Amino acid sequence: MLNIKNLHVKLEEEDKAILKGVDLTVEAGKVHAIMGPNGSGKSTLSYVLSGRDGYEVTDGSAELEGEDLLDMEPEERAAAGLFLAFQYPVEIPGVGNMTFLRTAVNAQRKARGEEELSAGDFLKVIRAKAKDLKIDADMLKRPVNVGFSGGEKKRNEILQMAMLEPRMCVLDETDSGLDVDAMKLVSEGVNALRDAGRGFLVITHYQRLLDHIKPDVVHIMADGRIVKTGGPELALEVEKNGYGDLLESA
Amino acid sequence: MMAADPKTQATEARIAALTLPEGNGWLAKARQDALGRLQATGLPSRRDEYWRYTKPAKLVQPEPALSVPAAGEDPFAGVDAHVITIEDGVITLPGAIEGLEIATLANAATADIHWARDLYGALEAAGSGPVARPMAMLNTAFATDGLLIHVTGAVDRPVHLRTTGASDPILHHVVKVERGATLTLLESGNIGARSNIATEVELADGAGFHHLRVQGPEPALHVNTHIFARLGAEATFRSFTLAAHGELTRNEAVIELTGDDATATIGGAAFGAGNFHHDDTVFITHDAVNCESRQVFKKVLRDGATGVFQGKILVKEGAQKTDGYQISQSLLLDEDAQFLAKPELEIYADDVACSHGSTTGAIDETALFYLRSRGVPKRRAVDMLVLSFLAEAVEEIADEDLREHVTELLADWLARG
Repeated sequence: MLNIKNLHVKLEEEDKAILKGVDLTVEAGKVHAIMGPNGSGKSTLSYVLSGRDGYEVTDGSAELEGEDLLDMEPEERAAAGLFLAFQYPVEIPGVGNMTFLRTAVNAQRKARGEEELSAGDFLKVIRAKAKDLKIDADMLKRPVNVGFSGGEKKRNEILQMAMLEPRMCVLDETDSGLDVDAMKLVSEGVNALRDAGRGFLVITHYQRLLDHIKPDVVHIMADGRIVKTGGPELALEVEKNGYGDLLESA
Repeated sequence: MMAADPKTQATEARIAALTLPEGNGWLAKARQDALGRLQATGLPSRRDEYWRYTKPAKLVQPEPALSVPAAGEDPFAGVDAHVITIEDGVITLPGAIEGLEIATLANAATADIHWARDLYGALEAAGSGPVARPMAMLNTAFATDGLLIHVTGAVDRPVHLRTTGASDPILHHVVKVERGATLTLLESGNIGARSNIATEVELADGAGFHHLRVQGPEPALHVNTHIFARLGAEATFRSFTLAAHGELTRNEAVIELTGDDATATIGGAAFGAGNFHHDDTVFITHDAVNCESRQVFKKVLRDGATGVFQGKILVKEGAQKTDGYQISQSLLLDEDAQFLAKPELEIYADDVACSHGSTTGAIDETALFYLRSRGVPKRRAVDMLVLSFLAEAVEEIADEDLREHVTELLADWLARG
């Protein structure tokens, strides 16, 4: 599904390499986790995949189902099936959550040559999905993320994911700022979306999120590279011994 | 004989192109008075401090610089209102409306409309006190027609004044709202080329006046408006203007709070590109105790467009417990656009709270990326952020239905580009 080969990235404004040859393949139906210390390049990877400005790819490639992601605009990547759940979802005053989501859903459908959802159909779908995430009607009406608590913002990210039905989901530190209950709710939302046709890349600093979203594969990232890959037990090792030992042995 | 200076020459040239409407009595007297003041003051030129950011030439010259007749749809279509039309200078009034008496200026000379007699040109003259407003003097002297609206009770629906057609009209409206009465006035129009519209609003104690105005979205417009308002005790004045795409717009508002506990709110949302030049000039005078005033203006400018805001709060001696708020903000969508702001406070009372702020910013790149990462195309995402930026000003419209109507209109205009 997602194929990243020898990806080298530097900051556009500075001569500073962040990713120094990332190789990673996420298969359909699988959940891959990337763990790593702060500054290892985890979030940069998520931004580069989704097309944020400010980064320059100096070498390597990233493909989604054979399509070159790096050659696309952010909205084209979204229409191709990529979704990034933000670590810090952005507040947009004056734009209703529902209006935003309907615009996004229909823009993607249009880009893919599908028929746009009518207001009525959209409403039916979003109500059902919002209910599962305990998002009430008021939150749907309010401006995007404005006045939302940390947990509400993350739930809203998962709602967007559920509505957009991407094939490849990248979750950037989705656990940050969540208490245990909120983490459970968010994880349930993510788990409900797991299926054979969808891949996940879960970026996290801590192991605790992986108690709720069980990964198939765990990667350790350090200094812009994947330095170790293993099963779920790798996450437990990090939890027990920290990154220090792992990085030394890598 | 000495040759007249350029300002006098320009003023005389403009006056020569106009005809003082016939008549006698109070209206003729008010016109003569305004003409005298105009000749003494002279029409504005670029050298005037008050016209430093907006070139008045196209508003001042004898003939309009544009000759494109504007056409367009009604921005208040679907809003339930009593409609008054001014089409090519011809006023069509609706049938009798409870709580409202409406007459026209053209008929005023022969009718004894005593309340208008005391107001016509009077608020304009008073409003020209601290800063001369010669374009309004010109209007008072030469207005060909206008509405005289007397509000005596609660009016069931908004009154919608729709002005269309003829090029270069000079219209002068007078509104008096009696004690405890309220009026919502919607104003729209597609006047080709150039227009000079002045409105005087007198609010008795406890009266309410809600004004919602739409200008544009036709590009070929040279617009000059003045609103002069005087508020009695516990009166409420609200005015909001949505503007788009006019080539040159100067909207002036002169508001005087003369009774205790009165509230005045004035706001605007404007957007345009290219040779769009939009100027909001506001002067609010607090001359009573415990009054509140708000000014909230936002402009979105692109591709060389210019936005101007000149806003002043004057707190007179003894106007204690004044709460004055002023914010002007611009969103520049590229480096060619510019926003010029001159916020001023002048305070002669010691127990007041006044604040002003002005900001100029670019589009939030993080928000833009967020929207695009959800599949919203860039152009549409920028529109959404523009709407987001302007929404804070639109919030100033108190009526929820009208606020929603304006938001939808704005979204529609943005989508059309």
